Order: sequence, then C-alpha cells, then structure tokens
Amino acid sequence: MQQVNKWPSGLVNKPLRYCPGCGHGIVHRIVGECLEELGIRERTVGIAPVGCSVFADEYFNCDMIQGPHGRGPAIATGIKRSKPECIVFSYQGDGDLASIGMAETVHSAARSENITVIFINNAIYGMTGGQMAPTTLIGQQASTCPRGRTVQANGYPIRVCELLAQLEGARYLERTSTHTAAHVIKAKKAIRQAFQNQIDGKGFSLVEVLSICPTNWGLTPLQSLKFVTEKMMPMYPLGVFRTPDAAAGAATEGGAA
Amino acid sequence: MGEKILMKGNEALAEGAIRAGCRFFSGYPITPQNEVPEYMSWRLPDEGGTFIQAESEVAAINMIYGAAATGIRAMTSSSSPGISLKQEGISYCAGADLPFFYANVVRGGPGLGNIAAAQGDYNQSVRGGGHGDYRVIVMAPNSVDEMGNFPKLCFELAEKYRMPAMVLADGILGQMMEPIEFKFERVDPAKLPAKDWALGNSAGRAKRVVKSYDLREGELEKINLRRMAAYRKIEQDEVRFEAKNCEGADLVVVAYGTSSRIAAGAIKLARDKGLKVGLFRPITLWPFPKKQLAGLAGKAKKLLVVEMSMGQFVDDVRLAVNGAIAVDLYARPAGIPSAEEVMAEIEKACQGIKAAPAATAAAPKQRGRPKGSKNKKTKAKRTVRKRAARKQAKRGRKGGRR
Amino acid sequence: MPEIKVDEKLCKGCELCTTACPKQCIAMSDQFSVTGYYPAKLAKQDCCTGCGLCAQICPDLAITVFK
Repeated sequence: MQQVNKWPSGLVNKPLRYCPGCGHGIVHRIVGECLEELGIRERTVGIAPVGCSVFADEYFNCDMIQGPHGRGPAIATGIKRSKPECIVFSYQGDGDLASIGMAETVHSAARSENITVIFINNAIYGMTGGQMAPTTLIGQQASTCPRGRTVQANGYPIRVCELLAQLEGARYLERTSTHTAAHVIKAKKAIRQAFQNQIDGKGFSLVEVLSICPTNWGLTPLQSLKFVTEKMMPMYPLGVFRTPDAAAGAATEGGAA
Repeated sequence: MGEKILMKGNEALAEGAIRAGCRFFSGYPITPQNEVPEYMSWRLPDEGGTFIQAESEVAAINMIYGAAATGIRAMTSSSSPGISLKQEGISYCAGADLPFFYANVVRGGPGLGNIAAAQGDYNQSVRGGGHGDYRVIVMAPNSVDEMGNFPKLCFELAEKYRMPAMVLADGILGQMMEPIEFKFERVDPAKLPAKDWALGNSAGRAKRVVKSYDLREGELEKINLRRMAAYRKIEQDEVRFEAKNCEGADLVVVAYGTSSRIAAGAIKLARDKGLKVGLFRPITLWPFPKKQLAGLAGKAKKLLVVEMSMGQFVDDVRLAVNGAIAVDLYARPAGIPSAEEVMAEIEKACQGIKAAPAATAAAPKQRGRPKGSKNKKTKAKRTVRKRAARKQAKRGRKGGRR
Repeated sequence: MPEIKVDEKLCKGCELCTTACPKQCIAMSDQFSVTGYYPAKLAKQDCCTGCGLCAQICPDLAITVFK
C-alpha cells in the first residue's frame, strides 16, 4: 500500500487553529500544495490579512507578511514591484477584501498587478464575532443585523468576481466552492491556475472561494454545507468570469433560479 | 557631489532620495508636495526603480510597507491630510521594525486647511503619529540644501535602527528654489549590505515573517521594551541641532524649519540694534535636543519660541528646560510671520528681560540650581551645525549624558 | 486493502469527511480525543477504496490515505 496524500511542504507542519469545519484549512492546504507542486515555495511571499486568517503567516511555509486590514493587494504591489522574481499572493476574507479593502482590490486589478489573490467568501466577519459582511446575504442574520440583512437598512451584497470582471486588468477571475470534495478539487485547479498565471506574467488573478463558517452562522458544519448550496450559490454562482485569453466567461453552476 | 545646482525644495528631496539609493516610491497627489511624485515619476524609472501613483494615501503607504519588507529603500511623501491617512501604515511599519523614509510637506490645518506653509503637524510627527507606542526619527530641514541632503541621513538612520524616519518640511521649503550641493556619493543600492530580515528568496534559510502583532501573553510588551531601549539610545546618539550666537546671548530664539529661517533674519535685525540674541534650531525634532536646550538655562536669560502652530513645539522646549528659564511663545498657527514681526517679539521679550533681570521672568519659581548650570560640557559642545548632513556620523555621538 | 488514518490530534470532529465518502465508510468515534472532539474513524471494514475525497474536504489535514 502506498500513501496517497501527504502534508504539503508549502504548509508548516502544525495543527491549524481554525474552528471545526472552517474552510480556511481546506484553502490553506490547497495553497500549500500549489507552492510545492509549482516549485515556487522558496520564492513566494504571502500576505496574511486581518481576520481569522491573520494566522496564515504562521501556517504557510514561505516568507510571509501580515498587514493592515484590507491592504493586501497594495502590500503585494509593493513586494512584487520591488522583487518581480518573487511569487506574491494575498490571502483575504470578505470583510478584508470587499469592504475595507475594496479600493485596493479594484485598483490592483485595474493596474493588473501580476499577483494572485485568494478570496475567502463566507458571508460573515469571523474573527470579530459574526458581524455583517459586504457579502452577507439578504435575510442572513449577523450580530450587527440580528433580524437579518435587509435591503432597506443594509443594501445589497457585493458580487466581487462580477464587479471585477468589468476591468480589463482583471485577467483571471473564478468563483469556486469547498462544500464538496469535487468542488474542492475544482477550487484547487483554479488556485493553481491563478499561481500559474503569475508565473507566466499574465497579470491580476483572483480566485473567490465560497467557504463555510459554522461558528458564526450558528449552524453545524453539515448544515453549513447545505447553506452554501441553498443560499450562497444562488447569489454567488460558480464559474470562470475572466481568463487571460478570453474576455468574460459566464457562470456555470448556481445562480438565481 | 560638489556641484551646486538650483533646485526646488521638493525636487531636491526627491533627487536626494534617489541619490541615497531609493528605488521605490508610491504616493498620491496633494499640494504642496506634488513635485515629489512628479519628479519621481520620470526620474525613478531611469534609475531602474519603481514609481507608482497609488489610488490613495492608504494604498501608497501599504505599498511602502510591502516594498520596505523586501529590503529596498522605499519612500513616500505627502502633505498633512495625506500623512494623517498614512498613519496606520506608518504604525505597522514601526511595529514590524521596517525602515523607510517619508516626507511631510506640511500645509495649513486642521482639516483641509489651506495649502500654505505651516507647522501644525509637529505633535503628530514627534509623537509617532499613528496608534500605539512608537517613535519615528524626525528631521527638520530649513533650506533646499538640507531638503536634498537629509533623505540619505534618514535612510541610514532608518536602517540602522529599523524604524521609519521622516523629513518634516512645509510648503515654503517644498516650493522655494535655492542652490543645493549634494554632499555625498551616490548610493548604489546593489552595494548596500543584505538585510537579514528582508522577504523574498527563502532558499536555504528558514521562512521569515514580517508582522506587527503578537498575541502571546507578555510578548508584545517585551518587543515594545526592546524598541524603547533602542529609542533611548537614539535620544543619546542621534540628536542634531544648530546653535548660533547663543554664547553670551540674553535671549535665545528657539525655532525649527521655516520658522528658524525667519527667526534668523529677525535676529540679524536685532543684533544690528545691539540686542544680544542667539538662535537655537533643533534639526532632529525627535530625538529632541533636550539636554542642549537645558544647557542654555544658566546662560541666556530667556528663550523665545517662534512656531507656525498654536504652541506645540513650545511644549517640548518647556519640558526640556523644566522651568529653569523663562520661555516666551510667538505662535502663528497657519500664519507665516515676517522677520519684522519676529523682531518686534524679540524686542518685547528683551524688554521683559530688562524689567526682570533674573532668569525667572515668566517661569515657575525656580527650585535649586538651574539644570544647565551644572553641565560644563555644554559650552564646548555648542557647535554650529550648519553642515549637519556632511558631518553627521561624527556628530551623531555628541548627545552626551541623559 | 486501502484505508485511511485519522490523526486524532488534528481532527476536530467536523464530520465533513463523512459527507465526502462515496461509500459511507467514515463515522464519528464515540470516544473523546485528547483535544476534546469526537474524531472521525474508518467505521466499516473492506469499505475504503482509497479515493481520497475525505482528505480533500478535511479542513485540518487530519486524514492520510493509503492505497
């Protein structure tokens, strides 16, 4: 018998401290495997955000920098332009990327910085205790919209991939999910592509990953998987929204019925 | 080196930074510092460097945070409201022990204020400026020549102590033209020593992490105490100032930056009239020349602080002399005094000295010996420091006891 | 026979692997692990095909697959 899988060299061999079921661990493993498989670990610099994944600087086994809330793509710009031979990725949650850091997200995409952005969308603020995120769904409860998000009070959630798809500089945009093993495999393919694009000098790549947050959703991990398919995917359809070769793609799975 | 050229202050600052090895600049337009990014935008690419016009000051400082983490000499500049926006990032750089250089070409405030020269950002600069406990090295030029020569000093100090260093200028210093001589050899960034903390190629070594947080019990305090010890050393070793005609002066005018230039003109008028007036100009605002100012107490009879702010700088002067000598204030918040106006203040202050000849004129009651009178070394050390940039290395160690 | 090994020090008992297994070989233990969770375990003999899907969805890299 042979061992099929192993701890990737792109990830420090230590237990992850995220909550049970949290999607960060899955995406951490994917990124760690990509660093190993693409042979880029020793020239990669990662950026840890503010939020639950602030601890990403401990986990990824490459040079890491932790920066101010939402500024990952600006920090990545500074690193990549100073050391173009490095592979630079920014790992961000939805509050970090789509709320406080929206300007940096949009402008780094517009400049088509040759960086890779990993965007974890779990529709909630995790670290601070379940407050409403820019991606919180209409009707979804959060600790700052305890009766559920309403359009009247809170406006609409933001679809990041669709928004960025308007920009010529956004060269690769894909929304993936982690709610089934098959989706995890697809997510890895997308993230690997996003790194490959950077290696090939193709410009700004962003992979959005729908991810569960059982703790702050107030659901069990298994209930959370259902929440992704029933609530999140209609709002956030999966698919490739831009590739370096073709302008705009279309959603291939999910979407409003 | 050696050649005198005519330059605008902001351009001298930019050129000085490039000659000092700066190869990364990110900034955002704001008056009256626009010549800095404009100059960088055409000059840096010629030197193989990177210029980025960021989407905001917030993005600009975070690009600096990333660039500085790779060990490159990185610079940003702005003016007052923009510097306020950059404070979070500056705090992160301080907290992550990253060296970089920035300039604040101060304008009138608060709020949008105006675009004229002012000194209202004094407290923000010398007290760190952002959240948390930290300092930045603050150098205050008063000529285009110093605008061009201080960036190198700032980069060197920033790297020596692994912290941010800044030039605190203002709209006048940024906009005026003067002859300048760059008094140093061009720095070749490739020849700078490698930094054992810089991010990038991790082959053959352990991964490195640049961060400003530590959630482990008691660890953050340990880091801050270590940083505090470094700050104490800087306060000992890196003080720079200029003292002119302070020997035998009844009144010493204390001013920095543009105020010190205006004061120098006023002092000339005063001395022509036979008044014994000197000028004390801190060149480093942090570390502040506390000891040197305290040394004036046993000698001059009064100090007159001239500042283009409400009375921020005067607080540090008063803390330094600790009541041992009277300190008058001529404050012009977002106003630019003329030499004649300062002259009138000098005359007023000198009359005060005649009316109450003791050094206690307007000071709290003195207890014991004046602090400065004990310090015999001060006299010998009170050197004119016009050429600070050239002789910095030697002078850096003249701070003495503390 | 193919099998999986669950590292009980890493497993947080989230049960995601139980949904990923096409043959429902995985169940949760009724014994607390040292970290205080009910860890996953291979519950049925001769069931695992070594497909590795459980390891794909495991957020804690707790599952090692042998084939």
